[in-house]
Amino acid sequence: MTKKIVQYAFIQTLPVLCGYIFMGIAFGILLERGGYSFLWAFLISLIIYSGSMQFVLIGLLGGGMGLFSVILLTLSVQSRHIFYGLSFIEKFKAMGKTGWYMVFSLTDETYSLLCGMQIPKELNEKKVFFTVAFLNQSYWVVGCTLGAILGGFIGFDTTGIDFAMTALFVVIFIEQWTSFKSHIPALVGTGCGVGALVIFGASAFILPALIASVGLLLILKSRIPQGEAQEACQ
Amino acid sequence: MSLEFATPMLVILVVAVCTFLSRFLPFALFGGGKEVPVIVKTLGELLPPAVIAILVVYCLRGVHFAIAPNGLPEFIAIGIVALLHIWKRNNLLSIGVGTISYMFLIQSIF
Repeated sequence: MTKKIVQYAFIQTLPVLCGYIFMGIAFGILLERGGYSFLWAFLISLIIYSGSMQFVLIGLLGGGMGLFSVILLTLSVQSRHIFYGLSFIEKFKAMGKTGWYMVFSLTDETYSLLCGMQIPKELNEKKVFFTVAFLNQSYWVVGCTLGAILGGFIGFDTTGIDFAMTALFVVIFIEQWTSFKSHIPALVGTGCGVGALVIFGASAFILPALIASVGLLLILKSRIPQGEAQEACQ
Repeated sequence: MSLEFATPMLVILVVAVCTFLSRFLPFALFGGGKEVPVIVKTLGELLPPAVIAILVVYCLRGVHFAIAPNGLPEFIAIGIVALLHIWKRNNLLSIGVGTISYMFLIQSIF
């Protein structure tokens, strides 16, 4: 039974395995270049476990940004999670203690797998959920740690590998651009980002850009058609 | 404890707690079957694309447009990522090819 569950979960998570190992290694290399050993990479991927936020985190580790800004930035970057959780409230509750781990480990990728799986009836759904979530985090922790270890030994010139982070956000931007009914939120963010960068400069623009975006979106909200172009889950 | 250890550790813990809170929020607020407040729903829905756009700007904050190569490598590489992604819709392919192209551009051409 357990063997069948692990087998099924492993096959389901294969695409995530490729993605997490690759992005994890890119993160590990970047972190190592920033002067932090693989132990930091292990700790970060173990307790934060968030692709986009970990890439942003590298720039914050030096402590240049105030704690309040760090809190606001993190909550904003992760605000999409509000919707992920809503689809699984009853199911995770029914899982008891492992439900806490499910809440913690609900990344974009795990969410989309949990939504999309057609679990065979003979398998225990709760155990499949947990195994999928656990396998995904294992891939991520291995990728991040491995990247930071390899980073010290890589022979070729890694200058420019930090573009992986830019590319990741551009990909998410395009995904959201095509799946959202309205392009106003993306345009508001672009406008506020560029505007704040020009006014406040590279080291202090994120917080004003976020505050301006929240304000503008609240003002414009009645004019923005809401809902995704197609329902993602349930 | 040295500052070199304490500062990153503090930042990591704060980000970890906030990340968990954002994932836990829907369960804390609406676990009892309560109605989701409209403002939370609205921001949860409208904010993500805006934040991602700001993060793209954040990634490009160090690019000097007035000084050669005028951000050309960044724009070419972003173009490659965007076109590839619109065409193939494969995250790994778009990010991988885009990153390698960028590394090639700044190491060998510009």
